[in-house]
Amino acid sequence: MARVRWGRVAGWAVLVLVMLVTLFPFYWMLRTSFSNTRALAAGAADLLPVDFTLGAYRRVLGLSSTAEAVAEGGSSGTVNFWLYLRNSIVVATITTAGQVFFGALAAYAFARLRWPGRNAVFTLFVTALMVPPIFTTLPNFVLIKELGLLNTFLGIVLPHLLMTPFAVFFLRQFFLGINAGVEEAARIDGAGHVRTFFRIVLPMSRGPIATLAILTYITSWNDYFWPLLVGKAENVRVLTVALGIFRSQTPQGSPDWAGLMAATLFAALPIMALFAVLGRRVIDSIGYTGVK
Amino acid sequence: MTSDTVRAAPRTPPGTVPEPTPPPPLRRRLGDLPVAVLFVLPAAIGFALFYLWPAVRGAYLSLTRYNVLTPPRFIGLENYEKLFGDRLFWNALKVTAEYVVLNIVSQTVISMLLAVLLYRLTKSMVVRGIVLLPYLVANVVVALVWFWMLDFQLGVVNNVIEWLGFDRVAFFGSDLAIPTIAGINTWRHMGYTALLIFAGLQMIPPSVYEAAAIDGASEWRTFWRVTLPLLRPVMALVMVLSVIGSFQVFDTIAVTTSGGPINATRVIYFYIYDLAFNRFNFGYAAALSSVLFVLLAGIAYVQLRLSRAGESDLRGS
Repeated sequence: MARVRWGRVAGWAVLVLVMLVTLFPFYWMLRTSFSNTRALAAGAADLLPVDFTLGAYRRVLGLSSTAEAVAEGGSSGTVNFWLYLRNSIVVATITTAGQVFFGALAAYAFARLRWPGRNAVFTLFVTALMVPPIFTTLPNFVLIKELGLLNTFLGIVLPHLLMTPFAVFFLRQFFLGINAGVEEAARIDGAGHVRTFFRIVLPMSRGPIATLAILTYITSWNDYFWPLLVGKAENVRVLTVALGIFRSQTPQGSPDWAGLMAATLFAALPIMALFAVLGRRVIDSIGYTGVK
Repeated sequence: MTSDTVRAAPRTPPGTVPEPTPPPPLRRRLGDLPVAVLFVLPAAIGFALFYLWPAVRGAYLSLTRYNVLTPPRFIGLENYEKLFGDRLFWNALKVTAEYVVLNIVSQTVISMLLAVLLYRLTKSMVVRGIVLLPYLVANVVVALVWFWMLDFQLGVVNNVIEWLGFDRVAFFGSDLAIPTIAGINTWRHMGYTALLIFAGLQMIPPSVYEAAAIDGASEWRTFWRVTLPLLRPVMALVMVLSVIGSFQVFDTIAVTTSGGPINATRVIYFYIYDLAFNRFNFGYAAALSSVLFVLLAGIAYVQLRLSRAGESDLRGS
């Protein structure tokens, strides 16, 4: 018995260690963001902010003058945080709404409607799951360029707006599991497929739809590669791309670490807030990405 | 369950999809075709424009010389021939392979340990939430935080190392850059992977553990002889997904080392990006993407074969 208990103690010790290693970088982000970049060298390993200041946040939010920024080791370049935040929200929201809605429509047709060629088309759709993104990314870039959509929101969202194989596959799987009796009852009452879908199937699928929406939102929010290719321009630049650019604007060799960490924290904050609110739902959703 | 669905889906032969509604006798041959077209059309357009057409076009572009500004010129297999003699391509393959091996080994071992600990010790959602946290923030964010923490001069890690009496470590120097990046991504993915394995652990019926306990098997033995074999389908899926994802490492490298120092971290994805968008050599970049595609498909196939992912040991027991 005692052996087992020692095993548990050791287990907990490892688990706590893992949690510390997981959380420490987040703390370090916070700690650095409240520091004065010029003073960081003096207290590189101090656990508390070095020369506490809100300067980094003022720089990131565009509230400080150039002189103030330079005095604290920032660059004279401004970060247009609010604009990038807006852009990220626009891109993630449109992508999520479109992908979930159009994905649900198609999934319903594959799960419930009877039409010639259904299985063949579905198989074709799902095959796309196997293709690594880079293979389609280059030609997609060319296409977006030809359409004149470089540096537009439409160009950033379009490839993932109408369908992703995962969304269709995931929702079809769920629709197949719904008890068909309810729908049949509605059909007998004279409701058409469109009506049945919007009035019965969609409301019944709130759970999986929320799951898919969460996953899509997070993926879209964190995406870097595609928006880097097609949306570098200031007016459509999303947070991830902005962070990359901010990082490369290094004044005199050493980056503005405090400013960078403040910006990084801001970029991560919305997703962390989503996580705080939806907690369990997000954790449960993650299990489904296994089928991705 | 997840493993079954993923494997079964693309292979589902026509006709095996469960038919939810018995055909109403009055229905015509076309069934619901008009409504179905309405429902599928948006997705079909998206599929045709952004999956099918680019796949065809990508294959074609790989046979051309193309700089995006002037029309592509057909050159046959020249790009592929060039690949064989391209030192940077072989270097990219080598560097990527090194990264994948380091990342997969560390990630799998740690995640497995973490999953078992979570399963045995706690049902707490808070604990699960904490381990998942790194996965929810962007690669770019993760990369920047670690880039800062591992900075040679000011990074906290190096200052602690020095305080302990050792020499500072150049984490992003040419020798260590790949292991460092593999470590960073392990940090981001370990909780996520652990939760996937955790879900697999929950599917193992308690009765098999009871049986093992009655036979007097130790914990250690039970893990190797019971848990691990039963986890095989889940592990196979997790491994295939991790390896494929791992091959596509880009974000972390793009914001930290940008392929350097010299070519130490110029992984395939970064090389393709570099070729296309810095050297405007789209045809050659497309050829490289095709090679990566074939490589990934091959690896996934071999992995699934080796691990017999679809078969569960549960059925036999």
